[in-house]
Amino acid sequence: MILVFAETWSGQFKKSTFEAVQYAAACATAQGSQAVAVVVGPASAPVESLGAYGAHKVLHLHGPEKFETAQYASLLGDAAKELNASLIVVSGTANGRALLGALAVRAEASVISNVTALPESYSPVRVVRGAFSSKGIEVCESSSARTVVGLVPNALGVKGSAGSDAAFEDRNVAAAARATVVEQQLASGTIALPEAERVVSAGRGMKAPENWGMIEELAQVLGAATACSKPVSDIGWRPHREHVGQTGIQVNPQLYIAIGISGAIQHLAGVSSSKTIVVINSDPEAPFFKAADYGIVGDAFDIVPRLTAALKAHLN
Amino acid sequence: MPIARGTNRLAAILDMKILVCISHVPDTTAKIQFTSDARALDASGVQFVINPYDEFGLTRALQLNEQLGGTVTAVTVGDASVEPTLRKALAIGAHDAVRVDALPTDPLQVARELASVVSEGAYELVICGQESIDYNGGIVPSALAEILGWPVVTPCIGFDPAGGRAKASREIDGGKEVLDIALPAVLGAKKGLVEESELRIPNMRGIMAARTKPLVVKAPSGATAGSAPVSFSKPAGKSAVQMIDAQNLDALVKKLHEEAKVI
Ligand SMILES: Cc1cc2nc3c(=O)[nH]c(=O)nc-3n(C[C@H](O)[C@H](O)[C@H](O)COP(=O)(O)OP(=O)(O)OC[C@H]3O[C@@H](n4cnc5c(N)ncnc54)[C@H](O)[C@@H]3O)c2cc1C
Ligand SMILES: Nc1ncnc2c1ncn2[C@@H]1O[C@H](COP(=O)(O)O)[C@@H](O)[C@H]1O
Repeated sequence: MILVFAETWSGQFKKSTFEAVQYAAACATAQGSQAVAVVVGPASAPVESLGAYGAHKVLHLHGPEKFETAQYASLLGDAAKELNASLIVVSGTANGRALLGALAVRAEASVISNVTALPESYSPVRVVRGAFSSKGIEVCESSSARTVVGLVPNALGVKGSAGSDAAFEDRNVAAAARATVVEQQLASGTIALPEAERVVSAGRGMKAPENWGMIEELAQVLGAATACSKPVSDIGWRPHREHVGQTGIQVNPQLYIAIGISGAIQHLAGVSSSKTIVVINSDPEAPFFKAADYGIVGDAFDIVPRLTAALKAHLN
Repeated sequence: MPIARGTNRLAAILDMKILVCISHVPDTTAKIQFTSDARALDASGVQFVINPYDEFGLTRALQLNEQLGGTVTAVTVGDASVEPTLRKALAIGAHDAVRVDALPTDPLQVARELASVVSEGAYELVICGQESIDYNGGIVPSALAEILGWPVVTPCIGFDPAGGRAKASREIDGGKEVLDIALPAVLGAKKGLVEESELRIPNMRGIMAARTKPLVVKAPSGATAGSAPVSFSKPAGKSAVQMIDAQNLDALVKKLHEEAKVI
């Protein structure tokens, strides 16, 4: 049995959830087994949609509304033991990553995080993961009968839905929480970085925080998330949650546009697995060009508004 | 196995015993190479440092110590080669250090070894980094908390204790949340717990003092690992960059559409 955590966000599923369900379904097919998606929380979650991504069964645990690490670890861990799951698949969102270690302990499993592909083998579980902040690729092998697999969001993408109807089971559950959420602040209208398909990122070359309007406009036209280099968040031009790189958020989008960022090794470590990288920099010697697919030498203040206009014309 | 909480809450808080878990990792500028059999990192010529996330945790621990009293202990699970990194933590201000003499192959093994250190020390707070930048596990904080039966806050971007409880902030996708927790607890530190500008670096006096501070070597509890690396390789390099004339941005749009197929 393959278990997958179907994370909800404000009562909805994210793309990363469907990606994880498809991963679990592919593992189940390879092993002649079944994929069970476990949903915790809101009754409103559109659980019917999970069958289309390959879940054979949806186990909907009604109880806690908000994610709490210990509580979710206990509910999912107990379900994994009950179903005798050999694999537990979790997408590496902020909550998913917080969960991995606790879930492994609770489920009496081993755990492999940062996984970027389907397993090479299933007994033992052997799988490819990123290490050394994308500077290395590791093949890792589990020595347990049960393994928690943490996926890098976007590593496989969501393919068109091909599954069919799933079986459903609803249960009321209770589990002790060890923390209470007293406040949540969500930046409205922004796209979360770890699972963004397109990212527009800017660095110290933008000179001042008031110049970010053109970055946001470009991002908006592309439906992209905004990001920044570390010094930009350190000096408070942008919020910390936008800091990408080795010591910030790791991103894995289809398209990464870097504007006025030099391309220091620590920055590249967090963004180099992006499929396509566009670099805009006034210095032709900027190291980022070596890691780019497409490069433009020029002044961001001249290029970005014109690029936004050109993209707008193309997309309309 | 849950560890009993301090009976005298107030005393416990005014004298907070903090354990800071330090991971010994290659410097962020290090060129990563693997041994010729591809089984391990080739450490020759690599400079090792305190994991950057752990520096935020260590700094917050020292700030709390200045407010509340108590002690700050740094711990690393590793062989003798990690001792200079622990000495650096002592030079920055930790009072004492523990090295668990084991060579772990996975983060669950680390978490189990750390749990045995915690259970012997009556700590009120354990601060880890949210992730080690070497193997990028991101596992230890929540695994350790679950072994101890304690709350965990990771990635933690704010922590303020008051009377046996604390308000702690964590980063979530697209925002943040504030949690109310009872101590003892485990944190997974990230920038925000303290700001970059607050980070402490060793000074001459600290470096001198660190030489005589206690660094205890503890025998491992014998925790086993759940996984191990089989082989390592380097990612395939990018093909050469295509430069595009700044006056012809339509050419870029066309390539993104037709060649890269990303728009
Ligand atoms: C332990 C450690 C961890 C780190 N972790 C990270 C990390 O996670 N992420 C990260 O980003 N950095 C990280 N860094 C910092 C990193 O080393 C660099 O200092 C940083 O990435 C540089 O940011 P930048 O490119 O915005 O600024 P700069 O290096 O100052 O580069 C600015 C660039 O803008 C260009 N420019 C200037 N004006 C214009 C213009 N008008 N139009 C177009 N281009 C222009 C310049 O040519 C230059 O290339 C870390 C450093 C350390 C020591
Ligand atoms: N060998 C180790 N010794 C002590 N602490 C560690 C060790 N490995 C990891 N940690 C701690 O756990 C955090 C997360 O590590 P990881 O789960 O390995 O990514 C690090 O930031 C450290 O605080």
